Amino acid sequence: MKTRHFITYIILALLTVSIVYPALWIVMSSLKEGNSLYSETLIPKKFTFDHYKELFTSTRYQYVQWYLNTIKVAVLSAILGTLMTLLGSYAMARFRFVGRKFGLTGMLVLNMFPSFMSLVAIYILMLQFNLLNSHWALILVYSSGAFISNVFVAKGFYDTIPKSLEEAARIDGASNWKVFTNVMIPLSKPMLTYVSLVIFNGAWIDFIFARLILRTEDKSTLAVGLYNIVNQQTSTDFTFFAAGAVLLAIPVLILFIWLQRFLVEGLTSGASKG
Amino acid sequence: MAKHTPQATLLSVLFMGLGQWYNRQFVKGLLFALIEIAGIYWIVTRLAKSVRGLITLGETPRGMVKIGKEFKMVEGDHSIFLMVEGLISLIFVLLLLFLYFICIRDARLTALNREKGIKPHSFGVSWSNMANRNFPYLILAIPITAAVLLTVMPIVFTVLVAFTDFAAPNLPPAKLVHWIGFDTFKNLVNLGSWSKTLIGVATWTVVWAILATLSTYMLGTIVAVLIQQKGIRLKTFWRTMLVIPFAVPNLVSLLVFRNLLNEEFGPINQYLELLGLGGIPWLNDPTWARITVVSVNLWLGFPLIMILVSGILTTIPKDLYEAAEVDGASRFFTFRVITLPLVLFSTAPILIMQFASNFNNFNVIFLLTNGNPVMPDYVYAGGTDLLVTWLYKLTLTNNQYNFASVLSILVFIFIASISILNFRKTRSFKEEDLIQ
Repeated sequence: MKTRHFITYIILALLTVSIVYPALWIVMSSLKEGNSLYSETLIPKKFTFDHYKELFTSTRYQYVQWYLNTIKVAVLSAILGTLMTLLGSYAMARFRFVGRKFGLTGMLVLNMFPSFMSLVAIYILMLQFNLLNSHWALILVYSSGAFISNVFVAKGFYDTIPKSLEEAARIDGASNWKVFTNVMIPLSKPMLTYVSLVIFNGAWIDFIFARLILRTEDKSTLAVGLYNIVNQQTSTDFTFFAAGAVLLAIPVLILFIWLQRFLVEGLTSGASKG
Repeated sequence: MAKHTPQATLLSVLFMGLGQWYNRQFVKGLLFALIEIAGIYWIVTRLAKSVRGLITLGETPRGMVKIGKEFKMVEGDHSIFLMVEGLISLIFVLLLLFLYFICIRDARLTALNREKGIKPHSFGVSWSNMANRNFPYLILAIPITAAVLLTVMPIVFTVLVAFTDFAAPNLPPAKLVHWIGFDTFKNLVNLGSWSKTLIGVATWTVVWAILATLSTYMLGTIVAVLIQQKGIRLKTFWRTMLVIPFAVPNLVSLLVFRNLLNEEFGPINQYLELLGLGGIPWLNDPTWARITVVSVNLWLGFPLIMILVSGILTTIPKDLYEAAEVDGASRFFTFRVITLPLVLFSTAPILIMQFASNFNNFNVIFLLTNGNPVMPDYVYAGGTDLLVTWLYKLTLTNNQYNFASVLSILVFIFIASISILNFRKTRSFKEEDLIQ
């Protein structure tokens, strides 16, 4: 009995070390002196916050600008995307109308197109229409994509709200619009929080579309900017990258802790009910 | 009783709005008539030209043309603009036909009501009626328009590009693009270097998707079961620690790994050298790079499975285990006969979706290895490139748009056939009217 648990503990401890090590290493690297990747010890001999200061003062990289760009793109995408998901999924969940089944099937199929499918086209279209390097291009792509990818989550949520609530309001003479704004939107808060955070997170860390659309350094988002630092052949800014990466990860970590309950619930209910 | 239906319907067919006027709904009729006038104007002035553009993709290339005695630079047609314009026109035509249909139907229904003696509504009443009855369409209008313009149209466009010769060096505005049918598909199979790359990359993509899915699935399940065991202490601690990779944005983790595994300066090779072992070309040798991406993906991916399986484990009734214990079954036997089948049964759909998403796992490959190391006999692809990263490079760096489009189509067909079965079974799609 004892020995078997002993083995379990060893396995868990090894896994934990292998998971904590990279995280610890990047945090330590961001605090060490110099700028090279090479370091003699994991824990630096001398701690310094210079690289964090450099993020905000450096003239070589516009880190602050990237941060602001990322916030702008993520916040606006979250607002627009949530609005569209709210409108669209409510209609899909609550009304039976001509073309509904077709619409649902269509969206299922669209979900299966890898985003790469439209990637080629969006690149060509943006290139030809001179819309490359614009934040609005990104925001529109993210928020319209968000509707299609979240509509089933949101619809699943509405399916669990009893119809009697709306019927009561209708009997009292409320129009569809009134029912929607005064009854359904307040009830949708948990779903709206979830969807907006998912969109925010997606836009915050998206790399694929951002790199495709954003061309110049002053328009970059964090993801694109950090990738470019690492991808340079002659990069000697490793510690700068480390500090930047830590600051990029922190908002997502906070979101994750906030979202954890929703996420785990959503994932497990999907799994067990199939 | 007067007959109204044939007249109203026929008048509407003749010209939008006439039927409404016949029904004495003047404002509504005026609106429909205006739509038709605008529509006809547009059809006469623009439609033929844009349909022609879509069919020919342009006839005059850019170049010098002799006008009188001088040579002048002429802009020529821009094939891609013509294609997009043609597509938008087709969407417009569909919209017009839809409105035409609505108008006829409206005139007919109102006339039917008149025959029954119901007076046609005034404009204000029919407007508010429409807003209430068509509420779902009204609130769907914005999201659907956005989705059509930014998701559906690009996809249609991609499919169309697959049938053209739109690839460097044949790029507008300098050159015209032509329809070439299935030639790109054929070239991908017949041209030696392309087909070799396609087979190599596709095989690796499938192998990768299987390895990545199975490895994360196995480790995730094992860890969940280990933590769940009776008598293990600090359960919450282990779970919290092991869920870290799931919480850190994978962009960051992957770029960190890329540095950790740097062949010359990375700490991992540094430790190996301290131990007296040589450094390993983690990312620079094709075989090692493949091992590396699978291992790093394992690090990133197993927490998700762990969370899922932990959730399922708590739903397995305890008495099953107690009964097994009474019967004297060994722990391993209980695992094999009770735990494993139940977990497998519940996670099967997830396993399939994981396979599909690994098949398109752009981030892990692109951020970690960039698809490299370079393979000398591949066209624009490296040893760890998946179909999707190859496609990305073809578009962004090499301007081989038609090949990229063909690859998108192939990937789509593969993924869609896997997930269509899976998706159809999801609860949200099937049992929606069962609740309440």
